[in-house]
Amino acid sequence: MIEQPMMVKICDIIEESSTVKTFFFESNMQFEPGQFVMVWIPLLDEKPFTISYIQNNIFGISVLKRGLFTNALHAKKIGGTIGIRGPYGRGFSLQTNSNLCVIGGGIGMASLSAVIDRLNLTLKVHQGNVTVIQGTRTSAEIIYQKRFKNMNLCTEDGSVGFKGTTVKLFGELLKKQRFKQVFACGPEMMLYKVVELCREYCIECEVSLDRYIKCGFGICGQCDCSGHRVCIDGPVFNMEELSRMEDFGKTIMTKTGERVIY
Amino acid sequence: MPNIDLSIKLCNIRLNNPTILASGILGTTKALLKRVAENSAGAVTIKSISVEPREGHKNPTVITFEAGMLNAVGYSNPGVEAAAREFTDLQDVGVPVIASVIGTQKEDFVRVVEGISGLEFSAIEIPLSCPHTPGFGLLAGQGTPQATFEITSAVRRATSLPIFVKLSPNITEICNIAKAAEDAGANAITAVNSMGPGMIINIEAQKPILSFKVGGVTGDALRPIAVRCVYDLYKAIKIPIIGVGGISTGRHAIEMIMAGASVVGIGTGVYYRGVDVFRKVCEEMTQWMQENGFSNINSIVGGAHD
Repeated sequence: MIEQPMMVKICDIIEESSTVKTFFFESNMQFEPGQFVMVWIPLLDEKPFTISYIQNNIFGISVLKRGLFTNALHAKKIGGTIGIRGPYGRGFSLQTNSNLCVIGGGIGMASLSAVIDRLNLTLKVHQGNVTVIQGTRTSAEIIYQKRFKNMNLCTEDGSVGFKGTTVKLFGELLKKQRFKQVFACGPEMMLYKVVELCREYCIECEVSLDRYIKCGFGICGQCDCSGHRVCIDGPVFNMEELSRMEDFGKTIMTKTGERVIY
Repeated sequence: MPNIDLSIKLCNIRLNNPTILASGILGTTKALLKRVAENSAGAVTIKSISVEPREGHKNPTVITFEAGMLNAVGYSNPGVEAAAREFTDLQDVGVPVIASVIGTQKEDFVRVVEGISGLEFSAIEIPLSCPHTPGFGLLAGQGTPQATFEITSAVRRATSLPIFVKLSPNITEICNIAKAAEDAGANAITAVNSMGPGMIINIEAQKPILSFKVGGVTGDALRPIAVRCVYDLYKAIKIPIIGVGGISTGRHAIEMIMAGASVVGIGTGVYYRGVDVFRKVCEEMTQWMQENGFSNINSIVGGAHD
């Protein structure tokens, strides 16, 4: 494979919330839930985005408007072009068949939405069920409301759903429900606490980590987490791997490559 | 079947085998160095450190093409103070660790060398040859015999550790630069840095892909040039050579050693074959030596010369 961006046309755009848009493009790439692409805007920058929709040859990335690059992406219209290279990374391993819980914090929900799609398809066969927890700061930030029914919503300000964090809501659900496996993506402190809860309740868990990614294919060392390259060894890690990653939930690498404590 | 010995001494540093992680690849943290060491690298080099922290160029910074890789990372690094916190207790890594030190002027090199002097680095490498970072290497005029002599001399006064001077393949008078480094007290020459710079344009976007537009070329495309540089250097200087450029197999490594390298650096090979490229190269070297009746790697060094 040659690691160079290919220019693709944006074929559709959905406004998911006041700050999140999903951009769709056609590609014959093969994606697994949890994998990501590097998105290039010529002359500006290139950033990683997880694939949030996987439908035959149509793929989507859900983008939170946050800085210079994502502002420029949000200004793109249908028919506009972006550069894509990938797919990169190791996604979620979707082998379990019932009593699953998916926990998304903020834009972390994007990474999990492809998981939910895939699980719902397979679960028709397995008769299981999927519990979805989505947490944001406030109701205006909730995404995929039409896409997924019966989500367990929570907001920090209580404007919709449970008032409190995803971790708190997950803890509440654990009092009355048993889960076999948890998939989570969101702020790393949230993930850390989710993993702690899973350990306590003996639940398998996989989480998708976020690091500053440069090359995307495992050579620059910019996304290191305790000797694991988030771009190629991850971004999804299981509990056994996380237990050997001292940096998980403790330090993050800056753009200069300095490891700093949260 | 002869018993194969890949161990080698480089400037009195004992290496289990002649493969070294080249600077700029995976050398950002001690944890990654350790992982590379666990994958059989004989020694590892950290990503280059400057006095001040640097974010480097914007992305894309690294792309690949049919014959190798193009990069303009722009020397992103946390600066000497943070690096000194990162690279403590280096014996944990398990193999010798080489510090790569950069600067915009000779005083900067000295400041970085002094800043890491209390740590357990086995050698100091000074790349005077980066083709794509303003203020450093070729773009700062460091690739001349005079500048090389001055910077190497300044670093020589600042440290008693072995000094490796890393040179550019671009320069036709590479032997003169290597001699200047040798005269200034360098203990080995690392040959070579990336060549070029080169450029790759996305024709649909009608723009160069790298944010810095140009970047150093490494990988397969660089290998024959690197082998020629090492061949020429072997005749011109007495100090050992670390051969770097497009090595990803045991055969490549043997070729570079026959050209005159005592050890080989591997960088882009990590992309071609994964972090365990070091183990694979060693296994392939061992097999080749068995098949061809060599038992000691030292006996191959410079073997291609008349």
